[in-house]
Amino acid sequence: MQIPASFEYERATSVSHALELLRDKGPEARLLAGGHSLLPMMKLRLAAPEHIIDIDGLAGELGYIREEDGELRIGAMTRHRELLESDLLARRVTIITDAERVIADPVVRNRGTIGGGLCQADPAEDLSAVCAALGASVVIRGQDGERIVNMLEFHRGPYQTAVGDAEMLVEVRIPLHTGVGSAYEKVERRYGDWAVAAAGAVVRLEGGAIAQAGIALTAVGPDVTSIAAQDALVGQPPSEESFAVAADLAARDCSPSTDQRGTAEYKRHLARELTLRVLRTATARALRGDA
Amino acid sequence: MSTVEPPPTIGYGPMKRKEDPRFVRGQGRYVDDLKLPGMLHGAALRSPVAHARIVSIDTTAAAAHPKVKAVITGADLEGLGLAWMPTMSADTQAVLATDKVRFQGQEVAFVVAEDRYSARDALELIEVEYEELPAVVNARTALDAGVPVIRDDQEGRSDNRIFDWEAGDAAEADRVFDAADVIVERDMIYPRCHPAPLETCGAVAQMDPVMGQLTLWTTTQAPHAHRTVYALVAGLPEHKIRIIAGDIGGGFGNKVPVYPGYVCAIVGSILTGKPVKWVEDRAENLMSTGFARDYVMRGQICAKDGKITGLRVHVIADHGAFNATAQPTKYPAGFFHIFSGSYDLEAAHCHVTGVYTNKAPGGVAYRCSFRVTEAAYLVERMVDALALELKTDPAELRLKNFIRPEQFPYPSKTGWVYDSGDYEKAMRLAMEIAGYDELRAEQAEKRARGELMGIGISFFTETVGAGPRKDMDILGLAMNDGADLRVHPTGKAVLGISAMSQGQGHETTYAQIVSEELGLPSADIEVVNGDTDRTPYGLGTYGSRGTPVSGAATALVARKVRERARLIAAGMLEAAPDDLEWERGRWFVKGDPEQSKTIQEIAMAAHGAGDLPEGVEGMLEDTCVYNPPNLTFPFGAYICVVDIDPGTAKVQVRRFIAVDDCGVRINPMIVDGQIHGGLAEGIGIALMELIAFDEQGNCLGGSFMDYLIPTSIEVPAWELGATVTPSPHHPIGAKGVGESPTVGSPPAIVNAIIDALHETHGVDRIDMPCTPSRVWEAMQGNATPPQ
Repeated sequence: MQIPASFEYERATSVSHALELLRDKGPEARLLAGGHSLLPMMKLRLAAPEHIIDIDGLAGELGYIREEDGELRIGAMTRHRELLESDLLARRVTIITDAERVIADPVVRNRGTIGGGLCQADPAEDLSAVCAALGASVVIRGQDGERIVNMLEFHRGPYQTAVGDAEMLVEVRIPLHTGVGSAYEKVERRYGDWAVAAAGAVVRLEGGAIAQAGIALTAVGPDVTSIAAQDALVGQPPSEESFAVAADLAARDCSPSTDQRGTAEYKRHLARELTLRVLRTATARALRGDA
Repeated sequence: MSTVEPPPTIGYGPMKRKEDPRFVRGQGRYVDDLKLPGMLHGAALRSPVAHARIVSIDTTAAAAHPKVKAVITGADLEGLGLAWMPTMSADTQAVLATDKVRFQGQEVAFVVAEDRYSARDALELIEVEYEELPAVVNARTALDAGVPVIRDDQEGRSDNRIFDWEAGDAAEADRVFDAADVIVERDMIYPRCHPAPLETCGAVAQMDPVMGQLTLWTTTQAPHAHRTVYALVAGLPEHKIRIIAGDIGGGFGNKVPVYPGYVCAIVGSILTGKPVKWVEDRAENLMSTGFARDYVMRGQICAKDGKITGLRVHVIADHGAFNATAQPTKYPAGFFHIFSGSYDLEAAHCHVTGVYTNKAPGGVAYRCSFRVTEAAYLVERMVDALALELKTDPAELRLKNFIRPEQFPYPSKTGWVYDSGDYEKAMRLAMEIAGYDELRAEQAEKRARGELMGIGISFFTETVGAGPRKDMDILGLAMNDGADLRVHPTGKAVLGISAMSQGQGHETTYAQIVSEELGLPSADIEVVNGDTDRTPYGLGTYGSRGTPVSGAATALVARKVRERARLIAAGMLEAAPDDLEWERGRWFVKGDPEQSKTIQEIAMAAHGAGDLPEGVEGMLEDTCVYNPPNLTFPFGAYICVVDIDPGTAKVQVRRFIAVDDCGVRINPMIVDGQIHGGLAEGIGIALMELIAFDEQGNCLGGSFMDYLIPTSIEVPAWELGATVTPSPHHPIGAKGVGESPTVGSPPAIVNAIIDALHETHGVDRIDMPCTPSRVWEAMQGNATPPQ
């Protein structure tokens, strides 16, 4: 049995209560959401926060998926399982459903949350790339109110986000358009493992051409979004040729490293291969009208 | 909660496991479930580096922790003569490091505290100063000049060589190779993997100072052998030591060795006068306890006129920092010399060099009879390599070269005498279940479409059931097993065995053996294992020796009881013993079957007030020790079908056909379950499992996020088949089966991967684990052994 160092524990009863606790306990306090990243690190004594503020009780207040003002709004405490089982998401942003199918396993998905995953910002975490490809923004709340930042600003590299010491992420907002298709694909050594590499694509078609594209990669370096690949697609017809150009750019611009999951060369190959595949799937979905 | 009892079952056949109701309800009793009054908790401080001299250890702050009761270091143990202990292979192993640390994760100090949290906290208060030394990580270069000597504790040692060992006839092999018309060579590695039982290792030690009695509840596959080791190490009188294994949550060879944590728990209890619990965590289990395999092999196979004539192998065996592998004394490379497999060769020779490295000690037989797994992998990869060279179908090549049924008992070129087999029959059955010809046709069609599909074959022969006392021992102890059988007056029986279940279903299988022999319902037979005070001496359960050795002892003791029952029945029926005939469950008078006594009636009479025949003692019980005349040789034909994604190189095992011949099957349902589990483990080893190290000797496989074990998603619906060739020398004709699937499946999977990629990508070799990245690299022509 792995045993964490001692810590103080408090259970937040509301978002404002959680923010008060964060302010009072200072920078050595950590929020505990689903607990599937922080608790293992604490048990291995890789993390030893002095204060744990348990926000599991906010799953009611911050657990929702709804359409509002032309956007999808997902509460930060929405659990992976709820994302996976949402018909609304499956219809409008299939990339989330694709990703949730391959995020960890049912035990983790039952507890883990979208906000927890994004804030942990593990380099192999899937939802950061998914949200980046979707052009999502996040709502960060502090004592003094809320601010909205886009994913490029929010995700600052492995384990780093724009959320400050006394702030918390409360919502993810995803713009909704018509003519959009999206997809996510991942290679893992074994079911439930972190990604060796993964790619997500969101394609908006207008008049037979790509009007807008989002491409993001997982586990192949600090930059999640593949901007050159996105730009190369805009204005192009959705074709094997244009996909190949984008896939090459995505592979060129990523910066994978060799580790136990695979060699850098293989991961770069996957960046290309998976980008191609998700572009094909996303386009087919856009043409069929199933997002 | 009320339950419906199944009808009483007698004898062999599929029967639900008697132990499962408590397991499936979470009511098993494992070491960590035990809570004794006043019990303290131990934790081990482990080395963060692979190789370093210990300059100093300061335990002052830890000892001052308000909840700490004792802090033990190597220096303290030295004072008690306990700093080093014997391994199962006649080497010594540090209990707590005194001079140097020799692998990352080695035990350096042990804290005993009032609770587990305090024990862990106190570890962080111990200050150890290390002077780092270069780590020896690569077994291939461990013997090079200038490499640091790891075991400088051994007087006169100047290198890292543990042993050199040979089997077979080198000169004869050279002659056969010279005469051959084709020779194929392959380098391959069976990488370091870990048995990874879901229950980690642990112990609760209770030294009773009043009675001078040590009771140790512990995770052990060999309770009696462990008791003897503690008697030898600690100088405690053996009759004052009681080992209780309780329920064991998987062993797979990992729970054969004696680990430093067990010894430290005992010392902790002696020092504090209180029971001490020590249970390692997952990282400790993966990083410090008995790993498996780690064989670097170079094989050569030769043929003349399409007939395989010879096989030669050189092996470098990485045993880690201490030679703590558990092999029979005479065989430092275990039973690796079964590497000529199922083929009738003219000559075979192997040379194995064992080396020390700065890695965790081990080389345990992970679901394997002492290196049979490495041997089967070697020969089955080599036969496929030869088939590629000869452009022959791998099934055909095997069929052409099998040892034929009439050649049994078959003396092998490396000294074994195979007991029985019909290899062609098993192979043909597997091909029939697979639809082998159709699969080849499907493969050709798919290849034309650019799809990658592979068909892999493995045909293995094992040597299990160690073993005859004339040939083998561990630590000088004969590898025999005992059985005690007592039938109570009401016809209920208790069987004590020296085997120790870790999930194999001993409580059911052994009851069925007694039931078959005596005709008592299995439900009326209680099987006791794992408690040295309640069971006869024997060496435990590993190496598929359960049914071949303890199973034989069980059948024989039941037959002895049956013979005693005959004498008592003869008195009851007023007949001569020789005039009685046995029918399962009763003795009757020949020619007059109405005149009979059931085993239950006889049991009551044996304990009753009435007279017994002259010379017959009361009660109905006996004891037996079984010394096997030979090992048994289970075999099997496995066929694996894989699909490989050409874009991602991800391997999916689509079908797996396993035909096993383990001789007579006592409980076919348990046999199937064993095969299912072992095949899953084989998929894990072939596709994902690896204990890797970096150049500094840091272990990269210390969690289940890094050391992957397969899930239900990675395994197909198994397709099983059976042939039954009884062992001629075993009392019930059984051969043992628990390890066959782990032995036989990895080469089938790897052969299937090469088969899928050879024609299109020129791949003719790949080493495990076949992760997507490693398969893709092989497809690019960069097949490399794992680090």
